[in-house]
Amino acid sequence: MAWVENEWGIYVMRKKECVAMILAGGQGSRLGSLTRKIAKPAVPFGGKYRIIDFPLSNCHNSGIDTVGVLTQYRPLALHSYIGIGSPWDLDRRDGGVYVLPPYAQEGGAEWYKGTADAIYQNLNFIDMINPNYVLVLSGDHIYNMDYSVMLDHHKKQRAEATISVIEVPWHETSRFGIMNTDTSGRITEFIEKPRDAKSNLASMGIYIFNWRLLRKSLEEDRKNALSSHDFGKDIIPKLLMDGHRLFSYYFKGYWKDVGTVESFWEANMDLLTDEPELDLYNPNWRIYSVNPTRPPHYIGSTAKITRSLVSEGCSILGEVEHSVIFPGVHIEEGAVVKDSIVMPYVTIGRDAQIYRGIIGRKSLIEEGALIGAINHEGICVIEENIVIPSDAQILENHMISKQKQVG
Amino acid sequence: MQNVMGIIHLNLGQDVLKELTMGRPLAALPFGGRYRLIDFILSNMVNSGMQNVGILVQDKYRALMDHLRSGKEWDLARKRDGLFILPPSPNPCSTSGCRGSVENFYNNLDYIESSRQEYMLIAGSHIVCNLNYRKAFKFHKDMNADVTILYKEHDIEDELTRYTILDCQPDGRISDMGSQSPRSASRKVSMEMYLIEKRLLVELIKDSQARGGWDFTKDVLIKNVDKLKMFGYPYKGYAARIDSIKNYYRHNMDLLRPEKWEELFFKSGLVYTKVKDEGPVKYKENARVFNTMIANGCIIEGRVENSILFRGVKVHKGAYIKDSIIMQKCEIAENAIIENVICDKNVCITQGKWLKGEKNYPLVVAKGTVV
Repeated sequence: MAWVENEWGIYVMRKKECVAMILAGGQGSRLGSLTRKIAKPAVPFGGKYRIIDFPLSNCHNSGIDTVGVLTQYRPLALHSYIGIGSPWDLDRRDGGVYVLPPYAQEGGAEWYKGTADAIYQNLNFIDMINPNYVLVLSGDHIYNMDYSVMLDHHKKQRAEATISVIEVPWHETSRFGIMNTDTSGRITEFIEKPRDAKSNLASMGIYIFNWRLLRKSLEEDRKNALSSHDFGKDIIPKLLMDGHRLFSYYFKGYWKDVGTVESFWEANMDLLTDEPELDLYNPNWRIYSVNPTRPPHYIGSTAKITRSLVSEGCSILGEVEHSVIFPGVHIEEGAVVKDSIVMPYVTIGRDAQIYRGIIGRKSLIEEGALIGAINHEGICVIEENIVIPSDAQILENHMISKQKQVG
Repeated sequence: MQNVMGIIHLNLGQDVLKELTMGRPLAALPFGGRYRLIDFILSNMVNSGMQNVGILVQDKYRALMDHLRSGKEWDLARKRDGLFILPPSPNPCSTSGCRGSVENFYNNLDYIESSRQEYMLIAGSHIVCNLNYRKAFKFHKDMNADVTILYKEHDIEDELTRYTILDCQPDGRISDMGSQSPRSASRKVSMEMYLIEKRLLVELIKDSQARGGWDFTKDVLIKNVDKLKMFGYPYKGYAARIDSIKNYYRHNMDLLRPEKWEELFFKSGLVYTKVKDEGPVKYKENARVFNTMIANGCIIEGRVENSILFRGVKVHKGAYIKDSIIMQKCEIAENAIIENVICDKNVCITQGKWLKGEKNYPLVVAKGTVV
């Protein structure tokens, strides 16, 4: 927020320096039944959070108090979760959180046709705020990052756009948008999913643009019938081609795009090492979320629990090893939960066994049921509100949803 | 119950918990892993449908204000009504201090009189329960009572002498009340929760203040037993009276019984408190935890048994905690052993230390101590 002296010598708020736009409309279809009813940013993560808590908390912790959240796919859970933004301290008099779903205009209603198009359709929102810079974020990445440092970098380099990059293993470069830079960090080339990469710096999908330039290039892109209206595929290459000053911002730390069931499971398991890379306990960098109003959890005399995250309102009488347990979960005596993710308000009956499972909200696993096997490789996903009957066995790499309920 | 205004008064004589209430009013005493005592009565009122709650504070109330702030957590940050802090004296230069609960009421009568509600529910914060007042309020109206006092049958004989006992007729009408007397075998202990019409309360307070009676129970209620239609209303659920370190310890430990945990935290509504945004509890490789209640933000590497851990406690490798209450942000270092101990906030037990209290006389470690 910038303050400026007015004609009477009083400091008043001039305008927002930077507004954040979080792209949260994606379905995340590769997450299968996890996103059948909710958008990917609303998927629970890490024992008490939803994925969007990370970019929202980053905004708050970076001092950004004006955030637009662009929604499209199944937005109800996301809208009601974000509310007026109080958990992230984004219920502000000037600014705060704005939920921006697609809307009908004179010419009819239109969906967001790509990441750039989503921002284009909300130019009126950014015009209203009239910032100097626009920070474009993705609503489905897990990381802690201080955007104010990136913005300083952007200003110091006198960049017109800055793209945050992270080092990825060389053999994975073909999955990312790869940046080639000169010694000053200026981007010389950007290649989407290259076969022979010259660098291993991948775009994290986090951009800072000078607002004027962004506005102009979005308008041009809109007119281009051949464009797919995507930042990575269209906007960035065009800016490079036109010779604009694009810089990379090198980010070091934990960052994960949880695109698939496997990577979602892995990202949760990453939190279970004794010293995880992603710090959830830093008092100076809290991850905020909507509070479920539950008492402390209870660990019974018959319980055994190691290498796990457990949240409030749970009562655990069985064995939990290397698992992530969300609020309000009941695990009864004799049950075994291993290498699994158990979402809020699930009940796991006596002697039930779960190995490498993801159990959806409010599901009930009845007494003695078996999900997965001790040595199996895949991941079993049980959708929300499912009852797995007593003594059922689900051994393979299954997704159990309402249509094909077992029993 | 929108027609009922709540008044929570912070009892005098609240230094009964010694070190634990030295720097804070009893109402701000941490309880049950993530709450403070006032959360329970406040949540009960809100869950019963009340929207206007005043808190009569006495002294040392900074900790309480910090906890309550706007009242948002209890849904009491409202345009109409909501949460109000009523300080002891409207005159900041008053040197006399507050002589009792009646004076505290008297000093805030203008606020009470101008409220929209016709009825009042007056309660302390020292009884922890999950109670919905709707039935008691209906009873109050059905009986056309002047005052309805909630009571609970008490089961520990030797404690009865400390409390106010009610003698009730079969229909609930109170015939006598006071400390336990040899004449009566009643075990009906007043929970110090009163339903009363606002008009009548104002009258009684003015009257008592004029006559120099400062104690609400003695000078307003007991004195008027014959004149007013007072009724007792039985409460049969879980209730924990926090009036000594021994009881504080015992009632906390009671929550390790799942049926009590269930009853206090879920039965007739959820209990709200200030949110701290702590991460989930992290159990590391060497954690061994049995029969324990743990709040978010704790990181557990050691062994914990029959204990209650508040938010943000760190238990290091080789540490052993047994039968203890560990409040917010304490740190128990490697190989430290503690048993029957109450650690107030921010206590650090350093490496290898060994601390032990007795079950009926737990050792209290004051706030911020490094042992």
